[in-house]
Amino acid sequence: MEDKLVIAGREFDSRFILGSGKFNPELIKAAIEHAGAQIITLALRRVNSFNGNILDFIPENVTLLPNTSGARNAEEALKIARLAREAGCGELIKIEVIHDSKYLLPDNYETAKACELLAKDGFVPLPYMYPDLYAARDMANAGAAAIMPLAAPIGSNQGLATKQFIRILIEEIDLPIIVDAGIGRPSQACEAMEMGAAAVMANTAIATAGNIVEMAKAFKHAIIAGRTSYLAGAGRVLDKASASSPLTGFLNE
Amino acid sequence: MVKINGERLDVGEMSVLDFLKKDGKNPQRVAVMINGEILPKDSYDRVINDGDEVDILGFVGGG
Repeated sequence: MEDKLVIAGREFDSRFILGSGKFNPELIKAAIEHAGAQIITLALRRVNSFNGNILDFIPENVTLLPNTSGARNAEEALKIARLAREAGCGELIKIEVIHDSKYLLPDNYETAKACELLAKDGFVPLPYMYPDLYAARDMANAGAAAIMPLAAPIGSNQGLATKQFIRILIEEIDLPIIVDAGIGRPSQACEAMEMGAAAVMANTAIATAGNIVEMAKAFKHAIIAGRTSYLAGAGRVLDKASASSPLTGFLNE
Repeated sequence: MVKINGERLDVGEMSVLDFLKKDGKNPQRVAVMINGEILPKDSYDRVINDGDEVDILGFVGGG
């Protein structure tokens, strides 16, 4: 059965988006391979001394997804997206607009505005957002190609703290819902996929794991398991027992 | 004097492209801003003038 993640007409077999932050660049290639990831996020920063470019460690067939981290409003997000385009990436941009330094929560209002500005400028915006239905609708109407709600604060590894609100987005928004930020373990990624998320993005969970490459692999399998379970349809839940073995043909009958 | 990524430097008369090459940076993999404005790739022959503030940006790890 063919089951692709489709973002603005681009098809991906993998539903695992890998973040590249907090990594030893030399481990990135192995992490991508073990994760089976086809999309990787990046940030744009001033580069002072030449000490190798992260792009040298990323296989060419992997889609780059630059973020607009550092942007505090919609206009700054547009500027960073334009700079990312100059630096050689494609149209896909993860919009990240944050001006809270303690919890790093996204500003949904400015993020929706940024979606509109970027879409008008030819970008394919993927907004990182706090899972709020109205904001997600605004972003969809403004040209977002997918919605990326946070599971918990960035880098916290807390897991699916916003689970019930992400579930609402999955049910109500007719775009891929990509669970982003806060996922700490493969079991949580699996749970997100099982409830119908289109993909999961993880970074810190892998970058801070005891064995980065093995954890990338564990996430890959968890995400595949969750997706397969979602497609299969989970069995029903009963209050009482329901025998799994036949209740007839016992030896003493 | 010019400012490159916030640092005061004396680069003499040099184009953006020559500066990037001297600095070991691949022009295809960076973005350049001069005085807050994005410099398009086809304008990298622009000479860096005294007093210019130049920002050179590239991709780094991020989530």
